[in-house]
Amino acid sequence: MNTTASAGPHAASWNSMNASRSELPTVRSPGPDGRRGLPAHLRPTLIGLVALGGAVGSAARYGTEVLLPAPELTGGWPLATLCVNLLGAFALGFGLEALARPGRETPRRRNVRLVGGTGFLGGFTTYSAFALETQRLLSDGQAGTAIAYVLVTLVLGLSCCLAGVLLGERAGGAHPRRSRAAATEGSS
Amino acid sequence: MNLLLVAGGGAVGAVARFVVDGTIRSRSHGPFPWGTFVVNVAGSLVIGLVAGFILFAGHEPGDVAPWRLALATGLCGGFTTFSTAMVEAVRLARSGRTRWALAGVLGTLGATVTAVAAGIAVVGLVT
Repeated sequence: MNTTASAGPHAASWNSMNASRSELPTVRSPGPDGRRGLPAHLRPTLIGLVALGGAVGSAARYGTEVLLPAPELTGGWPLATLCVNLLGAFALGFGLEALARPGRETPRRRNVRLVGGTGFLGGFTTYSAFALETQRLLSDGQAGTAIAYVLVTLVLGLSCCLAGVLLGERAGGAHPRRSRAAATEGSS
Repeated sequence: MNLLLVAGGGAVGAVARFVVDGTIRSRSHGPFPWGTFVVNVAGSLVIGLVAGFILFAGHEPGDVAPWRLALATGLCGGFTTFSTAMVEAVRLARSGRTRWALAGVLGTLGATVTAVAAGIAVVGLVT
């Protein structure tokens, strides 16, 4: 009983802090183990994890590009970029929520997030190709396709990501009180 | 070979994003996700420059293919990220900051497409 009472406000405060900061829990400096030191983005081991994930993620994106029909065969639609971006937006939303726990991030969860999220999914999805393809469609006089491509990418991208976040919250399971806490905290 | 060029570029790009985003994030305040914004706009400028060289330099497509794979598909693709941009927008919207979320999504779109066009135009002027 006592533990439930103390876990409640803890989960709620973590939740509302996370919401008000509204940023990815990436590179906040002292290590999750509480030790002061270099920020995450300057630590060689962690940089290595991101490099590994980024290499595999970019290669997987290239593989998707090779496998799916080129834009010339799909009326100008860059299917490969659309697919990797929608898939990656869902997966990152799901993964970050499923990994999230109240309190400090453990080194192991941080490593999973850096390899899988920052590295793999960051490398798998791409904004530069999306922007380049949109610009090319516009300058080729295919404004209609460009607008449709942008709308589909952003609307479905946000929807896929939201779906991933909601499913990830359920899959996380380690904060069963979280949804109730959020509901009672309401709009705060 | 192609896969290695893309993977190598992607590794460098992802690390550069990690460092740039981390640096900006540790210095910026307020709800706008400046790290991801800067990364995506800078990567779009570079991919515009690469596309410009391919368009205007008049090389055979086979000659520029390795550069395109390493720099555009690998480096710029690994550097920029769509997934993080979406997660940040969803988190902002869910915390009640819908306007910031919209500003991030539309601002990034406008700035990245403009950056691509600027990159291509610069190469067009120089060559």
